[in-house]
Amino acid sequence: MAKPREQAIRIREGSPWTGLWAVVGKEMADHLTSARMHILELIILLTAAGTVFAASENLRTTVGQDRFLFLRLFTTGRDPLPALVGFLGFLIPLIAIALAFDSVNGEFNRRTMSRLLAQPIYRDALLFGKFLAGLFTLSLVLSVIWLLIIGMGILRLGLPPSTEEVLRSLVYLVVAIFYGGVWLALAMVFSIVFRQPATAALASIAVWLFFIAFWGFIASSLALVISPVRYGFLEEFARLAQTELYLARIAPNTLYGEATIGILQPETRSLGVVLPTQLQGAILGSPLPLSQSLALIWPQLTGLIAATLLLFALGYVLFQRQEVRA
Amino acid sequence: MGKQSEFVIETRQLTKKYGDFVAVDKLNLRVRRGEVFGVLGPNGAGKTTTILMLLGLTDPTEGDVRVLGLDPTRRPLSVKSRVGYLPDQVGFYDELTARENLIYTAKLNGLPRQEAYRRIDEALEQVGLAHVADQRVGTFSRGMRQRLGVAEILIKQPQLVIMDEPTQGLDPEASREFLDFIRQLKQQKITILLSSHLLYQVQAVCDRVGLFYRGRMALEGTVQDLAKKVLGSGYRVFVEARGDRDAIQKALMALEGASEVRSVGNNRYEIAATQDLRPEAAKAVIQAGGKLFSLAVEEPNLEEIYARYFKEVEHGEAA
Ligand SMILES: Nc1ncnc2c1ncn2[C@@H]1O[C@H](COP(=O)(O)OP(=O)(O)OP(=O)(O)O)[C@@H](O)[C@H]1O
Ligand SMILES: [Mg+2]
Repeated sequence: MAKPREQAIRIREGSPWTGLWAVVGKEMADHLTSARMHILELIILLTAAGTVFAASENLRTTVGQDRFLFLRLFTTGRDPLPALVGFLGFLIPLIAIALAFDSVNGEFNRRTMSRLLAQPIYRDALLFGKFLAGLFTLSLVLSVIWLLIIGMGILRLGLPPSTEEVLRSLVYLVVAIFYGGVWLALAMVFSIVFRQPATAALASIAVWLFFIAFWGFIASSLALVISPVRYGFLEEFARLAQTELYLARIAPNTLYGEATIGILQPETRSLGVVLPTQLQGAILGSPLPLSQSLALIWPQLTGLIAATLLLFALGYVLFQRQEVRA
Repeated sequence: MGKQSEFVIETRQLTKKYGDFVAVDKLNLRVRRGEVFGVLGPNGAGKTTTILMLLGLTDPTEGDVRVLGLDPTRRPLSVKSRVGYLPDQVGFYDELTARENLIYTAKLNGLPRQEAYRRIDEALEQVGLAHVADQRVGTFSRGMRQRLGVAEILIKQPQLVIMDEPTQGLDPEASREFLDFIRQLKQQKITILLSSHLLYQVQAVCDRVGLFYRGRMALEGTVQDLAKKVLGSGYRVFVEARGDRDAIQKALMALEGASEVRSVGNNRYEIAATQDLRPEAAKAVIQAGGKLFSLAVEEPNLEEIYARYFKEVEHGEAA
């Protein structure tokens, strides 16, 4: 008769990443040749060029007075335009969602899923390959923008960036990539949950809008419930502000905004609730050394990375359980 | 495990449940090396589910599976690199060319580049798609996609090929080509398991068939075996002879293997038999003093077996 199934200790044969790079290669080629990505790349490049040009126009007058002139290219807006980092705070989620909202359900809809999984690879490799391809594409786009800014800066300001400025802007690049990673992983989860790509895209955008438009308000209301001000003591207000800050940090855009200010505005000594669009009015003072700025934004950066990993793990679990046929 | 057995596919008490619903119920399926095995059965009988379990694409709820001596739930990579699978709805990336689609498969199989390119050219040639190799698959017809699916199987050089309703949606000419292709694979000593609703085609290529019904293997064997089991007598011999009707009918009835003889008007007789009785019938007619005008035989027919079986099942259930 049937033996008890030997699944309790399930040792799988071979590496779960067999075929990973084949998937990454195919997916990246898809991303880099798709019309959808071309449009988004164009938008983001034009935005970057436009805002940096506007910023440099403002900054030319202050050449020589500011140690971190190059970093100001990222954070200076000119009415009515927000600063580049503010723009990217909007655009990166859009790109990330566009990269992933049809990644899994697309395979089902094209009826390629069963053919794909009948090849000698694990589902792990397929999902992680798709995620990596999205992350690499995003990194590529953001790196191009970074180079563009540095190049434009040298041309327009007439001087090269200092080492510290390069390092700080590179840290910002990492922050931006993992900010995108969160949305990438989220869109991927929705692409596993919803069979229709349009539904997955809308759900991702709904979450994005929720955090951008409503979370701030909800966080302050919730904070009032969690840490109510009963007697009007100063400590009560402080606790309220603290609670509100913690709640606000659930939103990836808050983490991104804080990490961005922390690293691109060396004068920042502590992080409060700041929207990416309000970056200009940050606390001024003598600049912190790079290591201390890094320590300052470390929780935010690891928060973004952790959120990315958590969402990916959720998608992984859902995908492993999914029937090939649906 | 791993040892070469006579059976390429072997399942023991294989069961798949979706919640309370039992899609595959204690299935014992055995397919021998080099055999073409046809899986038949009404919609929802559990054919596709069984195939998915054979490939390790879905986990069995209970029971054992061995494919090429390997357990697909524990050694999925080994199984999948040796088995070619053509799903019931085969899809490709429309925006890529036929060749690019196959290159992706080759990469997933870890084939070295040179070898992959050689096999891809060969396979495309073999399925007659060489002239459109660099055309986008989006422009392909259903039949061309199906052939591309076959090319994909070929580049893996599999020992076992599993096809789920491969001729569904193909025109008669394309289906015929497909059957030829299956025969070619058989000549290369590749074992084949295919599911289909086109009984005539199954009969034309399969060595043995299994009839699935509600997740169980209701019947199994060669078409002749099934005919004997279900119809009692699979062959029908038609005799046209002049002479004494009673004498002829009696002589025919006396033949070994004849279960029924009917006179169907105007010197014609129909014999239901367990084998082809033409020579014996000719002799019997002459010995009975009759004049033989014509002889014809109708081999057991899967359509008939199928129809009769399910009529009986329904009847049995109604009772
Ligand atoms: N994911 C699932 N959840 C619940 N039930 C399922 C699931 N997949 C299949 N089934 C059920 O299992 C049964 C067997 O399905 P299966 O696809 O194996 O049948 P089949 O013999 O291939 O049918 P067909 O000839 O229509 O292809 C069906 O009744 C189907 O509804
Ligand atoms: Mg089926």
